[in-house]
Amino acid sequence: MIPFDYRRATDAEAAVDLVHGHPGATFLGGGTNLVDRMKLGVSEPEMLVDVSRLPYDTVEPLPGGGVRIGSAVPNSDLAAHPLIREQYPVLSQALLAGASGQLRNLATTGGNLLQRTRCVYFQDVTTPCNKREPGSGCSARGGYTRQHAILGASQACVATHPSDMAVALAMLDATVQVQGPDGSRKIPVAELHRLPGDEPERDTVLGQADLITAVDLPELAMATRSTYRKVRDRASYAFALVSVAAALDVADGTVRQARIAFGGLAHKPWRAARAEETLRGAPATEEAFRAAAEAELAEATPLADNAFKVPMSRNTLVSVLRDLA
Amino acid sequence: MEAEIALTVDGTRRSLSVDTRTTVLDALREHLGATSPKKGCDHGQCGACTVLVDGRRVTTCLSLAVAHDGAEITTAEGMADGRELHPMQRSFLDHDGFQCGYCTPGQVCSAVGMLAEAEAGWPSAVTDDLTAPVELDEAEIRERMSGNLCRCGAYSNIVAAIRENVR
Ligand SMILES: Cc1cc2nc3c(=O)[nH]c(=O)nc-3n(C[C@H](O)[C@H](O)[C@H](O)COP(=O)(O)OP(=O)(O)OC[C@H]3O[C@@H](n4cnc5c(N)ncnc54)[C@H](O)[C@@H]3O)c2cc1C
Ligand code: SF4
Ligand code: FES
Ligand code: FES
Repeated sequence: MIPFDYRRATDAEAAVDLVHGHPGATFLGGGTNLVDRMKLGVSEPEMLVDVSRLPYDTVEPLPGGGVRIGSAVPNSDLAAHPLIREQYPVLSQALLAGASGQLRNLATTGGNLLQRTRCVYFQDVTTPCNKREPGSGCSARGGYTRQHAILGASQACVATHPSDMAVALAMLDATVQVQGPDGSRKIPVAELHRLPGDEPERDTVLGQADLITAVDLPELAMATRSTYRKVRDRASYAFALVSVAAALDVADGTVRQARIAFGGLAHKPWRAARAEETLRGAPATEEAFRAAAEAELAEATPLADNAFKVPMSRNTLVSVLRDLA
Repeated sequence: MEAEIALTVDGTRRSLSVDTRTTVLDALREHLGATSPKKGCDHGQCGACTVLVDGRRVTTCLSLAVAHDGAEITTAEGMADGRELHPMQRSFLDHDGFQCGYCTPGQVCSAVGMLAEAEAGWPSAVTDDLTAPVELDEAEIRERMSGNLCRCGAYSNIVAAIRENVR
């Protein structure tokens, strides 16, 4: 690890100022991903600006409906919060499906969203990787691809986004509050992460000095019956092969609205707009659920080791929707 | 770069000067001689470095010491009251909840932190009803302790030891 300067910010503007105009600076949350990358030599910041003690540590109802989650709220406290457990169970479940009890006590909401891919080649500085070193090549193509993408990948990069929480947030139409050098703005979580295209080094639409201050959940009645299901290589404490976040509004056997997002399949949480469209007004039957899943996965392009993800994501979605109906 | 920090470890306040790169785990082991937290993987994957910080269980290998200036840390060693073992430590002995013992300090700290979480009503990934009171059966204990690996595979006795402390 290279030496670095450590600063603790007192407020959001001071944090942004410290990072702005200092190309080697970056924000520090709980450190559970950034410090790991620094140990591996994958990230080499010269200055860390600690934002974990900023006063963004509460979960509160918004005046017009919905809930605001401060960016410094630990994953464990968020999962256990009564408002989230009762009104957005999918979010509690997604958080509880990630990492371990002692990591969730450290990990922050902002850091979880911006954690980077666990592609083994990205994490190994001895192998070429376009995300870590633009233009060096992608070692996953022709390499080990069990964990990699089947949707939205590019020639340059086939990595997946590792966060479980982000999949639930994308399904819920949550928005991220950002404080940047030019003031504050809002970005839908579903538009925060990018597809790799020919710039896989950019995970998100954020700039280097953009600080996440909060995540807002909209008021959403159907979210009280929402769920998260994660399929992985071990029963616990492993990243997703495939995951599904979903909510379903059914009346008289007909689907009024479905909301679906996949994890483990793409460079970003994958909002399944086609499956949602297929289900609108359809009967709440297993055939309809299967047709919706197939519509979404029609353009899947599996790699050498991950063709299993196509039937696995289809079957997981069908079983989640069957349970919700 | 050096930084001056203070940590309270097992009830004693200690001031120290650390390179900013130092993790809480290395500060405890290398600077303060508190060697009960163990370095297994150094990447957050095994739980051997688990301690309680301000009462919450956390891994220490991915936490920077400078970022934890002022923290109150309890290690497995500090759980005993003089020569009187903490009930969780006693149960690990009674149930043979270990073989080589390398993962044990982390297991004990994690188990104590986990029981406090369950008492506060926190659900887990295997809790069916997220709003019901928590019942710590075997499946719940296994899920909640999944962040602590044991290469000796003493899991069934670890679960038995922890169960004895469930109220
Ligand atoms: C062994 C292990 C297993 C794991 N398993 C899972 C899993 O199954 N599912 C899952 O979802 N996650 C998993 N995780 C990842 C874990 O959830 C993340 O490491 C964690 O959420 C990151 O949060 P943090 O606060 O520690 O972020 P940090 O490591 O502090 O930061 C992560 C990134 O976000 C940036 N950042 C932090 N806060 C802000 C902010 N407010 N504004 C702008 N930028 C910011 C940092 O600059 C950094 O680039 C696992 C981690 C480990 C070590
Ligand atoms: S998939 Fe992406 S992150 Fe992995 S080696 Fe290829 S370019 Fe790097
Ligand atoms: S040494 Fe910290 S988790 Fe393994
Ligand atoms: S007792 Fe040996 S690793 Fe657990």
